[in-house]
Amino acid sequence: MTFLLRRLAFYLVTAWAAITLNFFIPRMLPGNPVQSLITRYQGQLSTDATKALYALFGLDEDTSLWQQYLDYWGRLFSGDLGLSFTYFPTPVAEVIEQSLPWTLILVGLSTMVSFTLGTLAGAYLGWRRGRWTDALLPIGSFFSAIPYFWLGLIAIAVLAVAWPLFPSSGGWDGAFVPSWDADFIWSAVYHGALPAITIVISSIAGWMLGMRNMTVTVAAEDYVTVAHAKGLKERTVMFAYAARNAVLPNVSGFALSLGFIVGGTLVTEIVFSYPGIGYILYQGVSAKDYPLMQGVFLIITLSVLAANMLADLAYALLDPRTRQEG
Amino acid sequence: MATTTPTALVTPRRGFRLVLRNRKAAAGLIILGVFALVAALGELIAPYDPDALSPALLEGPSGAHWLGTTNTGQDILSQLIAGTRGVLLVGLLAGAIATVLSIVVGVTAGFVGGAGDEALSLLANVFLVIPALPLIIIVASLLPSAGGTTVALVIGLTGWAWGSRILRAQTLSLRRRDFVQAARANGESLWRIVFFEILPNLTAIIASGFIGTVIFAVLSQITLAFIGVTSVSDWNWGTILFWAQSNQALAQGAWWWFVPAGLCIALLGTALTLVNFGIDEFVNPRLRTGGNRPVKGIRPRVGFTPVRRKETS
Repeated sequence: MTFLLRRLAFYLVTAWAAITLNFFIPRMLPGNPVQSLITRYQGQLSTDATKALYALFGLDEDTSLWQQYLDYWGRLFSGDLGLSFTYFPTPVAEVIEQSLPWTLILVGLSTMVSFTLGTLAGAYLGWRRGRWTDALLPIGSFFSAIPYFWLGLIAIAVLAVAWPLFPSSGGWDGAFVPSWDADFIWSAVYHGALPAITIVISSIAGWMLGMRNMTVTVAAEDYVTVAHAKGLKERTVMFAYAARNAVLPNVSGFALSLGFIVGGTLVTEIVFSYPGIGYILYQGVSAKDYPLMQGVFLIITLSVLAANMLADLAYALLDPRTRQEG
Repeated sequence: MATTTPTALVTPRRGFRLVLRNRKAAAGLIILGVFALVAALGELIAPYDPDALSPALLEGPSGAHWLGTTNTGQDILSQLIAGTRGVLLVGLLAGAIATVLSIVVGVTAGFVGGAGDEALSLLANVFLVIPALPLIIIVASLLPSAGGTTVALVIGLTGWAWGSRILRAQTLSLRRRDFVQAARANGESLWRIVFFEILPNLTAIIASGFIGTVIFAVLSQITLAFIGVTSVSDWNWGTILFWAQSNQALAQGAWWWFVPAGLCIALLGTALTLVNFGIDEFVNPRLRTGGNRPVKGIRPRVGFTPVRRKETS
């Protein structure tokens, strides 16, 4: 129990740090960005939006920094992330609400698939060390060194343009209206297949290598030798003794590398013009839409934190030591 | 990487030679050397000025343009060569900044212990969990002019946490070793213990952390350039991909525009990973694969590490 409480405290601190960071980033900018934005949008911004901008960049001189910080928290708790310029006058919260499910499903599912397959393959490779399968290691590192987005570009060039098996962009067929009917879901799955495959291919090698190295290390432990000596079946020893223990660092590594994975997948969405958070971030960045960028960063960070907590729970279930210490 | 066990009693120079003898690490170092050479020579070996326009518009690879041209007739090979220097410099600079930070935070946390350790570990974990790339994208796009140095600085300042975690764990275990206790009993100063007793034993881990950060920095920097957040007039491999993407190279079937840059990224990343394998295998001999100096007649088996004994007279 103490373990989980400690972790919970950690996540609260991290969330606070991320939110505070989000508050300070626009304030550290040199010059007066609001003025240049107003000039750029030439009268398209309402007085409300201008005021909100001044507040966002901390240029509102009437209020102290501390008051601004409190206001920022107040707005955050009421779910107000400001107005987006790109999708003016839609609130940022609404833009994010529409795109978040796409990202969660695409990134969530493909990461799970990649983690499961990679861990299984890694356990096998570690167990069968020194065979021809070791050649998979350099090949795997080659694939993990490829940026996600470039693999996406190639996938589009080959499987969508040269040999049109999959659609090259978008999240669903333009003929449908998003709803829960079978046709639409099928269309969404069909559009999501290529991005998902790219994510799996470029991230699987990392899990495989980590699991392989852990399995090799664990396989030399005494308890594995004992299991062998007891005459247990090879499969039992491999899964119930070696892999069971080797998977622990992979699970905690999973939690810690989620931030990296999410970063990579965001760019995959940009390449595929997939209607998720990454694509929204891209639009925000290209239009210098600060409220949108900030909102997206906040949501991404909070989602990663939530996923981390789930991974921690899984770790607590897998490793009895974490439960005992409490 | 996190699974390494320390091997003391190996001097850095001998360690370096051992790493070199590893075939994977040697291959990685050779590829790195080629890239470094290209980066150093730059303009000298580039056939054209990377910015120069020419009448050869969007042509495939040919004798005149080995890797084809862009839609404004720029030579893609020259752009690749010009971009190599930027990629390597930013990668190394970011890696150096992050490594120094990770040593300072990680070793201090491991050595001090107590409340200081708790605070520093918390800091590292916060940085680890906050997704780095979106943060880098936002910071870089907010800065008025994000050139190579700025990008390296931002990546270095956000990418140190992983290394510091591993260094902390290793320092913790070293701190209780006999030789450190002995040094302390001898009245060695704190600085001497840290610099001459602890740090030399962390060399391999620091090196592998450095290489890991360089990989991360190279990928981040190229991603930033590809999205168009950083200056699109500085050549690096991401800039080439940015122009290829914004001019619809994909739809026009101009594969020569985006394939070479991606392969270069993957090759550089693989080379760095291979060197890291070499370091990992040097630190943890069990990880060695059969391909590494094969021992005839011994097949690695679960639980046993093949070693060849030298005949001693």
